[in-house]
Amino acid sequence: MKRIALYFGIGILFGVTMIKSEAASWFRIYEMFQFKSFHMYGIIGSAVTLGVLITQAIKRFKLRSFFGQQIEIPSKAKLIKAPLFGGIVFGLGWALTGACPGPIYVLIGAGYFPLLIVLVFAILGTYCYGVLKSRLPH
Amino acid sequence: MSLFTEPWPWYIGGPAIAVVLFLLLFAEKNFGMSSNLRTLCAMAGAGKKTSFFNYDWRQYRWNLVVALGAAVGGFFAANYMTDGSVGTINEDVVVQLNELGIEGAGDVFMPSYFFSNDALSNPKTLALLALGGFLIGFGTRYAGGCTSGHAISGLSNLQLPSLIAVIGFFIGGLLMNHFILPCLL
Repeated sequence: MKRIALYFGIGILFGVTMIKSEAASWFRIYEMFQFKSFHMYGIIGSAVTLGVLITQAIKRFKLRSFFGQQIEIPSKAKLIKAPLFGGIVFGLGWALTGACPGPIYVLIGAGYFPLLIVLVFAILGTYCYGVLKSRLPH
Repeated sequence: MSLFTEPWPWYIGGPAIAVVLFLLLFAEKNFGMSSNLRTLCAMAGAGKKTSFFNYDWRQYRWNLVVALGAAVGGFFAANYMTDGSVGTINEDVVVQLNELGIEGAGDVFMPSYFFSNDALSNPKTLALLALGGFLIGFGTRYAGGCTSGHAISGLSNLQLPSLIAVIGFFIGGLLMNHFILPCLL
């Protein structure tokens, strides 16, 4: 129960951050792809800079979790085609709807109900990937 | 300036995302929102026919709790942590979007063209949202992650596939933003 409350709380912080920083705003994503504002680059850049420090500190100092276990951070599958081709497909959808998979939930909560359509078709898209996986280049 | 009611500058938003990453790592979990889409497929029974969804999805329920929290956080922030103002959008972008028929940049959080509840009765808008959603779901799983899983978690862990994925995000995003979207609208 305690852990569930922790995950829920982290989700709330994430949702508040996506709205307050406007990273979930369609206009901000459009502006980013036009290279007309530093805002989104500042958000992603500062998050990754701090993220590198956090992640490397965990690995170097073998830090332990809140629950006393050594933290393990899995590596991504060493592929080239899949992240490139899949990344391009996601980028097309990101720039069209302005939404990443996280902000979809945030925006539905915020009352932008057309995102429900995006969510349903995103689930369908993931399903189609699962069906076609063996026939795609990875 | 009130951080509670006014939009956050990038130097608050970015570190707040890093705090989310920090908390999830110390809670023995990984920050990645797109895997929820796979979990939802598996929950609905897609594993019976397709092996990609045939796994114990119950171990990923924690991430659905994060997504639920995200929706509650979105509700709270959009309704109670705002004075109605939004950050300034670049003037060239505002003019360009108005010419494309998308209004409200710099005045409202989201364009009513796509995201007002009336937009749901416009077949063209519905088709664009459906297409975008499909591309997001297909692309993130193919790539093995999205903005959180690759751009934040993966780059923070210095993963080459994540750098390739982020380059892909921008190739696709720039194609859509500069060439395809103006034709679709």
